[in-house]
Amino acid sequence: MDRNHPQHQVLYMRRSLFDQGYIDREQFIQLEELQDDANPNFAEEIVTLFYTDSARLIQNIEQILVNKPIDFARLDDILHQFKGSSSSIGAKKVKEACTQLREYCCAENAEGCMRTLQVVKQEYAVLKRKLETYFQMVRQVG
Amino acid sequence: MNKIRALVVDDNMVNQTMHHRLLENLGIENQVVKNGKEAVDVHYSGKYFDLILMDMDMPIMNGIEATKTLRAMGIRCMIAGVSTRSLDQEKQEFIEAGLDDYQEKPLTKAKLVSILHKINHTT
Repeated sequence: MDRNHPQHQVLYMRRSLFDQGYIDREQFIQLEELQDDANPNFAEEIVTLFYTDSARLIQNIEQILVNKPIDFARLDDILHQFKGSSSSIGAKKVKEACTQLREYCCAENAEGCMRTLQVVKQEYAVLKRKLETYFQMVRQVG
Repeated sequence: MNKIRALVVDDNMVNQTMHHRLLENLGIENQVVKNGKEAVDVHYSGKYFDLILMDMDMPIMNGIEATKTLRAMGIRCMIAGVSTRSLDQEKQEFIEAGLDDYQEKPLTKAKLVSILHKINHTT
Protein backbone atom coordinates (compact mmCIF):
# COMPACT_ATOMS: atom_id res chain seq x y z
CA MET A 1 0.00 0.00 0.00
CA ASP A 2 1.29 3.46 -0.92
CA ARG A 3 2.49 5.23 2.27
CA ASN A 4 0.54 8.31 1.30
CA HIS A 5 -2.62 6.33 0.89
CA PRO A 6 -5.20 7.69 3.37
CA GLN A 7 -5.85 4.26 4.85
CA HIS A 8 -2.14 3.81 5.48
CA GLN A 9 -2.00 7.22 7.15
CA VAL A 10 -4.92 6.28 9.43
CA LEU A 11 -3.19 3.04 10.44
CA TYR A 12 0.08 4.85 11.01
CA MET A 13 -1.55 7.52 13.16
CA ARG A 14 -3.45 4.90 15.17
CA ARG A 15 -0.27 2.94 15.81
CA SER A 16 1.63 6.05 16.85
CA LEU A 17 -1.11 6.95 19.37
CA PHE A 18 -0.45 3.59 21.00
CA ASP A 19 3.35 3.54 20.60
CA GLN A 20 3.79 7.05 21.98
CA GLY A 21 1.72 6.17 25.02
CA TYR A 22 -1.14 8.56 24.46
CA ILE A 23 -3.79 5.86 24.25
CA ASP A 24 -4.03 2.41 25.81
CA ARG A 25 -4.18 -0.02 22.90
CA GLU A 26 -6.49 -2.59 24.47
CA GLN A 27 -8.97 -0.04 25.77
CA PHE A 28 -9.14 1.81 22.46
CA ILE A 29 -9.60 -1.41 20.50
CA GLN A 30 -12.48 -2.21 22.85
CA LEU A 31 -14.11 1.12 21.98
CA GLU A 32 -13.79 0.28 18.30
CA GLU A 33 -15.18 -3.22 18.86
CA LEU A 34 -18.31 -1.70 20.38
CA GLN A 35 -19.10 -0.17 16.99
CA ASP A 36 -21.66 -1.84 14.80
CA ASP A 37 -24.22 -0.89 12.16
CA ALA A 38 -26.41 0.75 14.81
CA ASN A 39 -23.47 2.50 16.49
CA PRO A 40 -20.93 3.07 13.68
CA ASN A 41 -19.20 6.02 15.36
CA PHE A 42 -19.26 4.90 18.96
CA ALA A 43 -15.51 5.41 19.51
CA GLU A 44 -15.62 8.99 18.28
CA GLU A 45 -18.85 9.70 20.18
CA ILE A 46 -17.48 8.56 23.51
CA VAL A 47 -14.20 10.40 22.94
CA THR A 48 -16.22 13.55 22.21
CA LEU A 49 -18.10 13.01 25.48
CA PHE A 50 -14.71 12.73 27.17
CA TYR A 51 -13.73 16.16 25.76
CA THR A 52 -16.88 17.76 27.22
CA ASP A 53 -16.47 16.00 30.54
CA SER A 54 -12.77 16.83 30.79
CA ALA A 55 -13.30 20.52 30.01
CA ARG A 56 -15.85 20.66 32.83
CA LEU A 57 -13.57 18.84 35.28
CA ILE A 58 -10.56 21.03 34.42
CA GLN A 59 -12.66 24.15 34.95
CA ASN A 60 -13.80 22.80 38.33
CA ILE A 61 -10.20 22.04 39.33
CA GLU A 62 -9.09 25.54 38.37
CA GLN A 63 -11.90 27.09 40.41
CA ILE A 64 -10.96 25.02 43.44
CA LEU A 65 -7.30 25.99 43.18
CA VAL A 66 -8.00 29.73 43.07
CA ASN A 67 -10.18 29.61 46.18
CA LYS A 68 -8.61 29.99 49.61
CA PRO A 69 -8.49 27.74 51.50
CA ILE A 70 -8.24 25.03 48.85
CA ASP A 71 -10.87 22.31 49.25
CA PHE A 72 -8.53 19.35 48.79
CA ALA A 73 -11.27 16.83 49.55
CA ARG A 74 -13.43 18.18 46.73
CA LEU A 75 -10.37 18.32 44.47
CA ASP A 76 -9.68 14.66 45.20
CA ASP A 77 -13.27 13.75 44.25
CA ILE A 78 -12.94 15.56 40.92
CA LEU A 79 -9.56 14.00 40.17
CA HIS A 80 -11.00 10.60 40.96
CA GLN A 81 -13.71 11.24 38.36
CA PHE A 82 -11.20 12.49 35.85
CA LYS A 83 -9.05 9.38 36.33
CA GLY A 84 -12.13 7.22 35.83
CA SER A 85 -13.23 8.78 32.58
CA SER A 86 -9.63 8.89 31.29
CA SER A 87 -9.22 5.19 31.94
CA SER A 88 -12.52 4.39 30.20
CA ILE A 89 -11.25 5.74 26.89
CA GLY A 90 -7.66 4.67 27.49
CA ALA A 91 -6.23 8.19 27.83
CA LYS A 92 -2.98 6.99 29.41
CA LYS A 93 -0.95 10.19 29.74
CA VAL A 94 -3.93 12.19 30.97
CA LYS A 95 -4.64 9.51 33.56
CA GLU A 96 -0.99 9.47 34.68
CA ALA A 97 -0.97 13.26 35.03
CA CYS A 98 -4.18 13.07 37.09
CA THR A 99 -2.54 10.46 39.33
CA GLN A 100 0.42 12.81 39.90
CA LEU A 101 -1.95 15.68 40.68
CA ARG A 102 -3.83 13.48 43.16
CA GLU A 103 -0.58 12.79 44.99
CA TYR A 104 -0.01 16.52 45.48
CA CYS A 105 -3.64 16.89 46.46
CA CYS A 106 -3.35 14.17 49.11
CA ALA A 107 -0.24 15.94 50.43
CA GLU A 108 -2.22 19.25 50.37
CA ASN A 109 0.61 20.77 48.36
CA ALA A 110 -1.06 23.73 46.61
CA GLU A 111 1.96 24.69 44.54
CA GLY A 112 2.45 21.11 43.39
CA CYS A 113 -1.22 20.92 42.45
CA MET A 114 -1.09 24.10 40.39
CA ARG A 115 2.08 23.03 38.64
CA THR A 116 0.77 19.56 37.85
CA LEU A 117 -2.57 20.91 36.67
CA GLN A 118 -0.65 22.55 33.83
CA VAL A 119 0.71 19.11 32.92
CA VAL A 120 -2.82 17.66 32.96
CA LYS A 121 -4.08 20.47 30.74
CA GLN A 122 -1.18 20.06 28.34
CA GLU A 123 -1.58 16.30 28.06
CA TYR A 124 -5.33 16.70 27.57
CA ALA A 125 -4.84 19.37 24.86
CA VAL A 126 -2.29 17.26 22.98
CA LEU A 127 -4.48 14.16 23.14
CA LYS A 128 -7.56 16.06 21.99
CA ARG A 129 -5.68 17.48 19.03
CA LYS A 130 -4.31 14.09 18.02
CA LEU A 131 -7.65 12.30 18.39
CA GLU A 132 -9.53 14.99 16.49
CA THR A 133 -7.06 14.62 13.63
CA TYR A 134 -7.29 10.85 13.79
CA PHE A 135 -11.09 10.72 13.66
CA GLN A 136 -11.16 13.32 10.88
CA MET A 137 -8.89 11.03 8.86
CA VAL A 138 -11.06 8.01 9.72
CA ARG A 139 -14.15 9.85 8.44
CA GLN A 140 -12.37 10.83 5.25
CA VAL A 141 -11.37 7.23 4.56
CA GLY A 142 -14.96 6.17 5.26
CA MET B 1 -34.04 -18.34 29.71
CA ASN B 2 -35.40 -14.90 30.59
CA LYS B 3 -33.49 -11.94 29.26
CA ILE B 4 -31.08 -10.36 31.77
CA ARG B 5 -31.84 -6.80 32.83
CA ALA B 6 -29.15 -4.54 34.24
CA LEU B 7 -28.92 -1.22 36.03
CA VAL B 8 -25.88 1.02 35.56
CA VAL B 9 -25.28 3.33 38.53
CA ASP B 10 -22.59 5.92 37.79
CA ASP B 11 -22.40 9.71 38.00
CA ASN B 12 -19.91 10.14 35.16
CA MET B 13 -21.38 10.36 31.66
CA VAL B 14 -18.37 8.80 29.95
CA ASN B 15 -18.61 5.75 32.20
CA GLN B 16 -22.41 5.66 31.91
CA THR B 17 -22.15 5.58 28.12
CA MET B 18 -19.38 3.01 28.15
CA HIS B 19 -21.10 0.61 30.55
CA HIS B 20 -24.45 1.02 28.79
CA ARG B 21 -22.86 0.16 25.44
CA LEU B 22 -20.88 -2.77 26.83
CA LEU B 23 -24.09 -4.28 28.20
CA GLU B 24 -26.06 -3.50 25.05
CA ASN B 25 -23.36 -5.14 22.95
CA LEU B 26 -23.88 -8.33 24.96
CA GLY B 27 -27.62 -8.15 24.38
CA ILE B 28 -28.40 -7.01 27.91
CA GLU B 29 -31.29 -4.60 28.30
CA ASN B 30 -30.15 -1.88 30.70
CA GLN B 31 -31.08 1.37 32.37
CA VAL B 32 -28.72 4.09 33.57
CA VAL B 33 -29.06 6.20 36.73
CA LYS B 34 -26.61 8.77 38.02
CA ASN B 35 -26.36 8.13 41.76
CA GLY B 36 -27.21 5.72 44.53
CA LYS B 37 -30.45 7.47 45.45
CA GLU B 38 -31.77 7.07 41.92
CA ALA B 39 -30.80 3.40 42.06
CA VAL B 40 -32.82 2.98 45.25
CA ASP B 41 -35.75 4.99 43.88
CA VAL B 42 -35.94 2.94 40.70
CA HIS B 43 -36.30 -0.17 42.87
CA TYR B 44 -38.99 1.49 45.00
CA SER B 45 -40.85 2.19 41.76
CA GLY B 46 -41.17 -1.57 41.35
CA LYS B 47 -38.50 -2.26 38.77
CA TYR B 48 -36.35 -5.34 39.07
CA PHE B 49 -32.89 -6.05 37.72
CA ASP B 50 -30.73 -9.14 37.53
CA LEU B 51 -27.50 -7.16 37.67
CA ILE B 52 -26.50 -3.80 39.13
CA LEU B 53 -23.18 -2.23 38.14
CA MET B 54 -22.54 0.10 41.06
CA ASP B 55 -19.97 2.88 41.06
CA MET B 56 -18.54 3.74 44.46
CA ASP B 57 -18.06 7.51 44.48
CA MET B 58 -21.22 9.37 43.60
CA PRO B 59 -22.95 12.49 44.92
CA ILE B 60 -26.16 12.43 46.99
CA MET B 61 -25.80 8.71 47.81
CA ASN B 62 -22.60 6.79 47.15
CA GLY B 63 -22.28 3.17 46.12
CA ILE B 64 -21.62 1.90 49.62
CA GLU B 65 -24.77 3.47 51.04
CA ALA B 66 -26.83 2.49 48.02
CA THR B 67 -25.71 -1.13 48.26
CA LYS B 68 -26.51 -1.27 51.99
CA THR B 69 -29.91 0.28 51.36
CA LEU B 70 -30.77 -2.08 48.51
CA ARG B 71 -29.79 -5.12 50.56
CA ALA B 72 -31.83 -3.81 53.49
CA MET B 73 -34.80 -3.50 51.08
CA GLY B 74 -34.39 -7.19 50.30
CA ILE B 75 -32.80 -6.77 46.87
CA ARG B 76 -30.85 -9.99 46.30
CA CYS B 77 -29.71 -9.60 42.72
CA MET B 78 -26.05 -9.54 41.67
CA ILE B 79 -24.49 -6.21 42.65
CA ALA B 80 -21.04 -5.70 41.16
CA GLY B 81 -19.02 -2.78 42.40
CA VAL B 82 -17.13 -0.99 39.63
CA SER B 83 -14.66 1.64 40.75
CA THR B 84 -11.21 3.07 40.20
CA ARG B 85 -10.44 2.53 43.88
CA SER B 86 -7.61 0.04 44.15
CA LEU B 87 -6.57 0.04 47.81
CA ASP B 88 -7.75 -3.03 49.75
CA GLN B 89 -9.19 -0.93 52.53
CA GLU B 90 -11.25 1.13 50.10
CA LYS B 91 -12.56 -1.96 48.35
CA GLN B 92 -13.26 -3.84 51.58
CA GLU B 93 -15.81 -1.35 52.87
CA PHE B 94 -17.61 -1.49 49.54
CA ILE B 95 -17.57 -5.29 49.44
CA GLU B 96 -18.82 -5.51 53.01
CA ALA B 97 -21.77 -3.28 52.10
CA GLY B 98 -23.15 -6.27 50.19
CA LEU B 99 -21.42 -6.67 46.85
CA ASP B 100 -21.29 -9.99 45.05
CA ASP B 101 -18.34 -8.95 42.92
CA TYR B 102 -15.91 -6.08 42.48
CA GLN B 103 -14.16 -4.98 39.31
CA GLU B 104 -11.66 -2.19 38.94
CA LYS B 105 -12.35 0.36 36.22
CA PRO B 106 -12.06 0.52 33.30
CA LEU B 107 -14.79 -2.03 32.82
CA THR B 108 -14.01 -4.26 29.86
CA LYS B 109 -15.99 -6.88 28.00
CA ALA B 110 -13.91 -9.60 29.66
CA LYS B 111 -14.61 -8.22 33.16
CA LEU B 112 -18.31 -7.89 32.39
CA VAL B 113 -18.47 -11.46 31.09
CA SER B 114 -16.84 -12.70 34.30
CA ILE B 115 -19.53 -10.85 36.30
CA LEU B 116 -22.28 -12.36 34.14
CA HIS B 117 -20.95 -15.87 34.66
CA LYS B 118 -21.60 -15.44 38.36
CA ILE B 119 -25.24 -14.66 37.86
CA ASN B 120 -27.25 -17.72 38.68
CA HIS B 121 -30.05 -17.07 36.29
CA THR B 122 -32.82 -19.62 36.09
CA THR B 123 -36.14 -19.65 34.27
